[in-house]
This record gives sequence, structure tokens and C-alpha cells, in this order.
Amino acid sequence: MPELNLSSTPAHLRHGSNIGQPLTRRDGILKVKGQATYAADNHPPGMLFAVMAVSSIAHGRVISLDVAAAKRHPGVVDVMTPDHKPQLAIDPEIKTNPFVFRMEVLQSNEVRYANQPIAVVIAETLEAATEGAVLLAPRYETLPPLVGLDAGESYVPPVVGVGNPTENHLGDVEAGLAAAEKQIDATYETPPQYHNAMEPHAIVAAWNGDSLQIDMPTQGLMLSLARVAELFGIAHDKIHIRSPFLGGGFGSKGLMAGPPVLGIMAAKLVGKPVKLVLRREQMYGPVGHRAPTRQRLRIGADGEGRLTALDHHARTVSSAFDDFYEPAADASHTLYAAPAIRTSHDAVRVHTGTPLFMRAPGEATGSIALESAIDEMAWACGMDPLAFRLKNYAEVEPMTGKPFSSKALRACYEQGAARFGWSKRSLQPQQMRDDAGLLVGWGMGTATFPALMFQAEARAVLRRDGSGAMEIGAHDMGQGAWTALAQIAADELGLDIDRVEFKAGTSDLPDAGIAGGSAHTATAGAAIHSAGAAVIAKLADLATNDERSPLFGAGNAGVVARDGRLIRRDDESRSESYVDILARAGVAEVEARGTGAPNPAATEEYAMHAHGAVFAEVKVDPELGQIRVSRMVGAFAAGRIVNPHLVKSQLFGGMIWGMSFALHEEAITDRRSGRIMNANLGEYHIPVNADVPPLDVITVEEHDPHVNALGIKGVGEIGITGSAGAVANAVWHATGVRVRRFPIRIEDLLTQL
Amino acid sequence: MKQFDYVRPATVAEAVAAAAQPGAVYLAAGTNLLDLMKGNISRPDRLVDVTHLGGLDQIETLADGSLRIGALVSNADLAHDANFAKSYPAVAEALLSGASAQLRNAATVGGNLLQRTRCAYFYDTASRCNKREAGSGCDARDGENRGHAVLGWSESCIATHPSDFCVPLVALDAIVEIEGRNGRREIALDDLHRLPGNTPERESALEPGDLIVAVRLPPAARGFATHARYLKVRERTSYAFAVVSAAAALRIENGKIAEARLALGSVAAKPWRARAAEDVLKGVAPTADAFQEAAWRALSEAKPSGDNAFKIELARRIVVRALTLAAAGTPARIPALPASPFASTSGALHA
Ligand SMILES: Cc1cc2nc3c(=O)[nH]c(=O)nc-3n(C[C@H](O)[C@H](O)[C@H](O)COP(=O)(O)OP(=O)(O)OC[C@H]3O[C@@H](n4cnc5c(N)ncnc54)[C@H](O)[C@@H]3O)c2cc1C
Ligand code: SF4
Repeated sequence: MPELNLSSTPAHLRHGSNIGQPLTRRDGILKVKGQATYAADNHPPGMLFAVMAVSSIAHGRVISLDVAAAKRHPGVVDVMTPDHKPQLAIDPEIKTNPFVFRMEVLQSNEVRYANQPIAVVIAETLEAATEGAVLLAPRYETLPPLVGLDAGESYVPPVVGVGNPTENHLGDVEAGLAAAEKQIDATYETPPQYHNAMEPHAIVAAWNGDSLQIDMPTQGLMLSLARVAELFGIAHDKIHIRSPFLGGGFGSKGLMAGPPVLGIMAAKLVGKPVKLVLRREQMYGPVGHRAPTRQRLRIGADGEGRLTALDHHARTVSSAFDDFYEPAADASHTLYAAPAIRTSHDAVRVHTGTPLFMRAPGEATGSIALESAIDEMAWACGMDPLAFRLKNYAEVEPMTGKPFSSKALRACYEQGAARFGWSKRSLQPQQMRDDAGLLVGWGMGTATFPALMFQAEARAVLRRDGSGAMEIGAHDMGQGAWTALAQIAADELGLDIDRVEFKAGTSDLPDAGIAGGSAHTATAGAAIHSAGAAVIAKLADLATNDERSPLFGAGNAGVVARDGRLIRRDDESRSESYVDILARAGVAEVEARGTGAPNPAATEEYAMHAHGAVFAEVKVDPELGQIRVSRMVGAFAAGRIVNPHLVKSQLFGGMIWGMSFALHEEAITDRRSGRIMNANLGEYHIPVNADVPPLDVITVEEHDPHVNALGIKGVGEIGITGSAGAVANAVWHATGVRVRRFPIRIEDLLTQL
Repeated sequence: MKQFDYVRPATVAEAVAAAAQPGAVYLAAGTNLLDLMKGNISRPDRLVDVTHLGGLDQIETLADGSLRIGALVSNADLAHDANFAKSYPAVAEALLSGASAQLRNAATVGGNLLQRTRCAYFYDTASRCNKREAGSGCDARDGENRGHAVLGWSESCIATHPSDFCVPLVALDAIVEIEGRNGRREIALDDLHRLPGNTPERESALEPGDLIVAVRLPPAARGFATHARYLKVRERTSYAFAVVSAAAALRIENGKIAEARLALGSVAAKPWRARAAEDVLKGVAPTADAFQEAAWRALSEAKPSGDNAFKIELARRIVVRALTLAAAGTPARIPALPASPFASTSGALHA
């Protein structure tokens, strides 16, 4: 993106290190001025508009489309249907690797879920294409759809999440339950939820002979590129994807879905650039969602409030034609030190689009159930919820017995509780009222998310003019990669951030892996770290082998790179600038590549997780049952914090999502038709500003020498976990009513207050 | 989008003539109509844009003490008119509790009165809906209907009218001024919206071409200014329609209720005036018992149309609360969170 002109930070202060500084986002000014080019902002010359016609039935077949009527409409250029479309190089039903999901790209007239694309109208204007899609007036042969968690025979999926075992055992759960003094047996339900990124999925595709230019928001440039290459049978180097900015992804833009493929097909069909943007309601189907769950937790505790057994079973759904299973029960593997733990899953098939990773997949759904159940058990034992959690604090990862690479959860509990004022909480529910007579409740939840690492590569350059460059095909979804990764790059290159040209967001750069699993900063950061070290080593070689350099002979002692100079490690008075080293060597630049990857030995030895503790206060109108969150405090330990400012924003966002999970979000499916009845932001509720209370985030100091070279754990998803449960538990504490179906609604409380 | 004609008449008479043609509809701010057109629920042949008509954007006090609000006054301008808010505080509060600031800036008085139901099956063109397509059936009846009507519904249609604004207006006996093919006439707002019966596709008393030109509040409406509230329970603090709402207005003389006005929102296909409840309150002291009694009366004919029995109980409690708040007196300023049960929360941080 040469035209990408990121502002440097006016308030930038440098205290020797870029990492750890609260820089504001470097792309902020571009965004505020509307100059950040999102995919749908591109208009190559001659571009046409494509609009998907989507199925209104959830199961059956399309038996007719009035293509002639659509084509007669002024401005309509062509209509792509199963009978009239460019051929793909491979059958999209074939799963060529575990990260390939089946998609609907007009391969047949079969309908497998509501809102499935069934045709694409291409026209000179958006309006003409939209009307063309209406004029298709599809007729269907409708079959009864499978809807809901009890839709049919359940089965045990082979794996859940990304290759996790469906069942896990530790010790004898039944014996633990039998021996328990207190038992909890409770079932919780979570609804289907949709990612609803602010930016809808969009693509602008332009073929030039057999090469392909794509503008598309993606969380995985190289995964997308590889999938496009195999679907269209073209070489990787014939494809160029630009994705400099995403208006959110949350997992729904990670893997290539059907709609962007349709955009590429449409461009091929008409021989012109084509833009295809999803309407909001079209995002409720072909681009993934969080599956609903029904989770049963059976917990035992002894007379002193020590867990004797934890059994967590989750029922979920997958689509009728592909497999993704929300690994909800896995949330019970890491947090509480029960001597016997069993987690298991089963599923039913329903006629929806295939569920997918959605911010904290499994952790979010599992956490609200687990944290509610733990709260129920604390109450059954007559214990304060925090004291109960401390009593069952896991010193090693319960399920595996592995030590933690680091775990500052105790400090999170302490600091969060202190900031919140938790010690003043009444043990009994329904004890607290505010001045206006509203019921007040306090609840807490423990947050956790695995510290993952994927694979990435970066290329580093140091130039004779004293500047540097770092290139990596990283993704900024709004989380701040343009800023945080540039901070890491600047440190690794020993330069001020303003002297580093940081390139990201396009597929011609080294592969940064996927921006998912809260692992992007860690993974891309590790690659940047090693590329930086490699290029500095090359530069150092030039100097230390040259007798004209003040660093001559420092090879064994080593040098450090700082402020554009190499400095002898054992004698800081001897140093030389990059400019001088490169000038004397007569080279324009030095360049090196580096990679980041998980360390298998460390992963074998340690359990690696970020942790946190969230405390929430809610107020409930005692007669009307209306609930509002009035205060939240979250304390999180997530290893090294690259940019505290951006990290807080991520954690705030997660906490708001958690409250949304507990109180607002739910896709409502008509049980007869399988259609989603609230597929718009007016009726699919997420919190508005006025719902969001004062939030307080504490980042707890944590040093982790094992997770990766930089000690980064990732903060993108953990904020949801713990938070949803904290809000639910606060509602119970306010009202004495335990609601086990989420989101909690007015009618759940109304008659019980 | 479907192609349509767009006309911008210069006079009310031209507008009425243009809109009387089959397939023609009025366009005000379009915050509801354009959504319906984009979703293919409305497919008009002709839009008659009334936003440029002169003289319909005035708020004027008439000689007899009535207030006349032009049909093109925006929801925001009306709510923020200081005199208006002072004289009819429950109406201002209702307006400010609706939609979002951006929508209120655009939305007009006439458009708000005639906004369509939010029934999801009405919006989903693949569903059967008697209102959208007469005689096709009602998929809401056995569908996802927790938000649907508990009063005045029929087997043909269980939809509600979602307006907040209309609720206090109907309580205050607002009158609608209409210009039609046969000239000017006026009807009570209470008679504007129809209950569904067997013809839910006929939503109002308007005839083709009828243009709402103004809404009038009669002189007596001012008499409630010191004891008038609107209360709206919704699933998030802003940008959400009411689950149930109520407007309560009292005229209190010598510690007794001289006259009470009560209306409910989002419970029926029209703003629901609860006259039986008003009668119970006449002449009695404003006590909790009296309000309970009124609440029972107000909902005595309510019955669930589906998964929504809770709305009946909720409506009773909202009535009691709204009356209690009204009796306590209109606050000097509209609360930071208008019409919210949380408005009185000392911690309300969002204005
Ligand atoms: C997301 C969202 C949330 C909302 N939330 C709320 C809420 O919480 N509470 C609430 O009360 N409302 C809410 N609304 C509805 C909003 O108040 C209405 O959309 C608005 O008042 C309509 O006014 P308008 O001028 O835009 O009307 P338009 O959309 O232009 O017209 C609406 C209808 O009225 C007809 N019409 C308009 N003016 C006249 C006239 N003078 N004479 C005859 N017919 C006329 C039109 O033909 C059309 O049928 C919400 C709307 C949206 C989109
Ligand atoms: S309730 Fe009324 S508006 Fe809704 S589907 Fe039935 S007929 Fe249509």
C-alpha cells in the first residue's frame, strides 16, 4: 500500500523503547477523515455491481428463477446461476485442508439454509442489480428444515473447535460427585449469535487475463489466497489481495466464504471488475455465526468448598453439510482444580449456515455456563464467590497437570476485587438497593483464554539513509496492528517508529498467518522480532569484520541496536551509526527474513493461558425487571503489553461483548421456517453507548519467558470470558433469581421478583 | 430497487391529487418508508414528496389555547421546543425516548403517526402476512411473537403499533387534521389507527390521497403539565422500540385526581387509550391502591396472542409506575434517559 500514509503520533514520546508505549493508532487520522480505503471503497474503471439473491427457505431446492425478467430490467448485464457460471477448478465441496469450509457458490440448486446465495445479478448500478435480484422471483420445492438444539438425533462429533478431542477425562467424575457434600446439576442455554462486524463482507474483484486483483477484508491473507488459487486454478503469484483495513472481523473474515468467491466468479463471467457487498441481513447465513449451546454442568464440592468433580457437557449444532463444533465444554479444562473433570460434547444437524469461530469460540459460551455454575456452587457452600474460586485455584492446569508458563490470576483477583470494592458484598442475594430503590447486585467471573502462536514470516530492511522497513502481511481489523506491530518493528530495528516503513495488509508481503485466536500480535511480533534480529546481525557483521569500524572485533561481545546505532555491548562508548556502516560498506541496504512459530518443547511442557477476573455491578428495577449494568472492573494478566492504550480498548470491547452476551444478543430463528427474524442491527440487539457503564481495566504485570520470544499472550478475546458470567451472577445477586437461559430477558425476572 | 416516479408537488392540493392515484404514497423523511422499499415490503409506483410543501413545519398556539403542530415538524425540533416540552412534557419525553438522535432529527410528526408495525413477519417478505398481503395468513400467530399484541388483536393480525409519540398524544385527546380529495376534515387521533379485525391491511382511517397536515392538542391538554410522564420499558437503553410503554397524565386538585389520562404503547395495533382505568381514578386520591386498581382495569380485557403473557403483567406494573411518577410531579427537566425506569438513577451518566 504505497499510498497508505499513516500519520506519526503527535504525542509520541520515546523512553528508549517503543514497546510498552501507549501510542494512539497511527491509522486513526485516516479513519477519522474517511481516507482509510476499505474494500468496498474501491471503484476500478468499468466496475459493475453484483448483488446476491438469497434463499428464503432453509431446506429444499430452487425450482425456478425468472432470469429473463431480471435481464429485461434496465441496467442488468448478466445473471449468474448454477446453469450459467464460470467453472471452478475444483469442487468447492472438497475439503482440501482442515481450514476449508464448504461454501455455496451456485454449484447446484440445493438449498441448505436460509439466506444461502442462489443467484448473482450483475448490473451497471447497485439499484439495477438489487431490483434484478428481486425480479428473479425464485420458486422452491420446500422440505421441512431442522431447527434448534433438539432438531434431530444427536451424535458425537469427531472433534470440536479446531481439532480438540470431543471428550476429555481426568479422574473419576461419578465417584467425585457421589462423594460430594454439595452438588449442583444445572443446564444453561446460549443462543445463536452473529459476528455483525460493522463493515459487511465485501469484495472488489478484477481479472486481468489470468491474474486477479482482489480488494477484500480478510483476517487471513495467505489462507484466502491459497483458497482462491485452488478454486480458480491459478498460481499464487497471479493473485494480489489488498486488505489494509477491516471494519471488524471477529472470526467471520478469517477463511474464504462463498460470497467473495461469487464476486470473483461474477467478474470472470462478465469480464469486468465487479463489486459485491453483502447486505446486513445477508450476513446471517453464508459467513458464519456462533452456534447455540445447551450445557449441563454437574459439580460436586466437599464440606470445605473444595471441588470433588466437574462434569461439563455441551450440546451444540452444526450445519447439515459441514462440521464446526463450538467447543464450549473445554472451558472447564483450565480454571478450577477439581480432581475429577469430564468434558464432553454432542451435536445435532440443523439447516443453518455452518457455525464458525466467533470471538472466543467455545471460551465465551463455555465461560458463561461454567462461571454461573461455579457461582451457584459457591452459594450452595455458603461461600463468597471469590473465596470459593481462590479455594479451588489451579496451581497447575487441572486437565493436563502441566505447570503454567505464567499465571498471575491471583493478582488479577486481588487487584480487581480491591478496585471494585468486592469485600463489601453481601453474601446473600437481594440485599442491596441504591438510593432510587433499584436492586443492586455484584457478580464476578474468571476470564481465561489460551496463549496461542501460529506461524509467520517477516522481512526486515535497513537502508543507507538510516531508515528501515519491516514487511509482513499482517491484518489490522481495528485492533491496532498498524500501530502495535510497528512498535515492535521499531524496537527490533533499533529505530524510532517514525524511521520505520511498516508494510502490512497485502498478500505480496511475507505470510503473517491468521489474525485469530488472539495470537496475531504474538505470532507476527515473533516473526518481526526474528527478522529484526537477523538484519541487525547482518549489519553487525559488516561492522565488526571491518577494521575501520569502531566496532571491529566486537563479534564475540556482541552489539545492541538502539537509536539507529550499533553499540558494543561491553563498552557503550564504542558505537557506529547504521548510516556510516552501510556507507562504508558501499551497500544500499541490508535485508533479512525471520519467522515466528510456536516452540513445541515449551508447549509440551507448559500450559499457556492469559487470565483475568471481572467484577460487575447491575441494577434491576424490582417491579419492571429491567436490567442495566452500572459498573464493571476487569483485571487481566496477558504477558507483555505492547501498547497499553490499544490493549485497554480490546479489553473494553471484550467486556462490553460479555455484557451483550449476558443481556442482549440473540438471533431469533423461526422454528418452522428456519429463517432468522431479526437479521438487522435494529432488532438484533447489541449494547448502545447508553448501556455501557463506566468500565475499568487493570492490566496486571506478568512476565512469561516461555510463550514466545516477546512474552506476549494476546488480549483480543479474553475480555468476553468472565464478563458474561460476572453480569449473569450479578443479576442473581441483585434478584435472587438464577436465570440459566441467555440473554436474560425481562420475562425471566418479572414474575419472580 | 424497483423503478418509481418521484414527484414533488408545490401545494397541498397538488399533493393530494398526486397521491390519490393508485400506487402512490407520501414520502416524508423516509426513515420508515425507504427501509420498507429497500426490503421490498412496499413497492410504490410513485412517491409524492411532501417535505417541500410550505407551511407544514410550524408549531403555533391558536386563539383558543390549542396547539397546532405541522405535519412536517421534525420529532427532534418538537421535543426540543422549550414551550412545547413545558406544556406537554410527557409528549416530549416520549419523542426523546424514540429511535435515535439521528432518526429523530429526520423523522416527521406525520410520518411518526403513520409508521408501520415492526412485526418481523411483516418485514420478511417470505412470510405470510395479512397486513402486507391481504388474505395470505399470519405467520406471527404461531411464530416468534413475544413482542406482539395483548389487546385488540384478532386472528388475522396480532401486530402492534410501535410509536412512542402517539401514546401521550392519544392520552391528551390529540386531533389529526387531514386534507383529502374532498377538502379538509379532522378526526380524533384515537380514531386514526384501526384495530385489525378481518382487515388488518387497512391500518388507518385515511383514504387514498389523504394528507395529514397537522396534529392539534386541545386546550385541556395543557392542564396536565405538572403531572405527566411517559415510561418505556425496552431491551436496551436507546435505539429500541418499547416492549410496553405508558403515558400517564393527572390533573390533581386538592389532593384528589380531578382527571386522569392513561394510554399504553406497543400493546395493540393502535396507541391504547385506557378509558376504564381513567374512570376509576376520577375523584380519588392518588394512592398505590388506586393505581393498582387502575392497572387491573386497563388490562382487564388483555389476553396473550402467543408467547407474550408477560406483557400483560408488565403493562400493569408500568401503569402503576407511570401513574406513581405522574402523581409525584413532572420533573423540572426531562431526565437524562428519557422515559427510562433508570432515569432517576443517581448514577445516570449519559445525557
Ligand atoms: C431503527 C429505528 C428505530 C426506531 N425506533 C423508534 C422508537 O423507538 N419509537 C418510535 O416511536 N419510533 C421509532 N422509529 C420509527 C420512527 O419514529 C419513524 O420511522 C418515523 O417517525 C417516520 O417518520 P418519517 O417522516 O421518516 O416518515 P416516512 O418514513 O417518510 O413515512 C412513514 C409513513 O407515513 C406516511 N406519511 C408520512 N407523512 C405523511 C403525511 N403528512 N400524511 C400522510 N401520510 C404520511 C408515508 O407514506 C409512510 O407510509 C424507529 C425507526 C427506525 C428506523
Ligand atoms: S401479526 Fe399482522 S403484521 Fe404480523 S404477520 Fe400477522 S398479519 Fe402480518
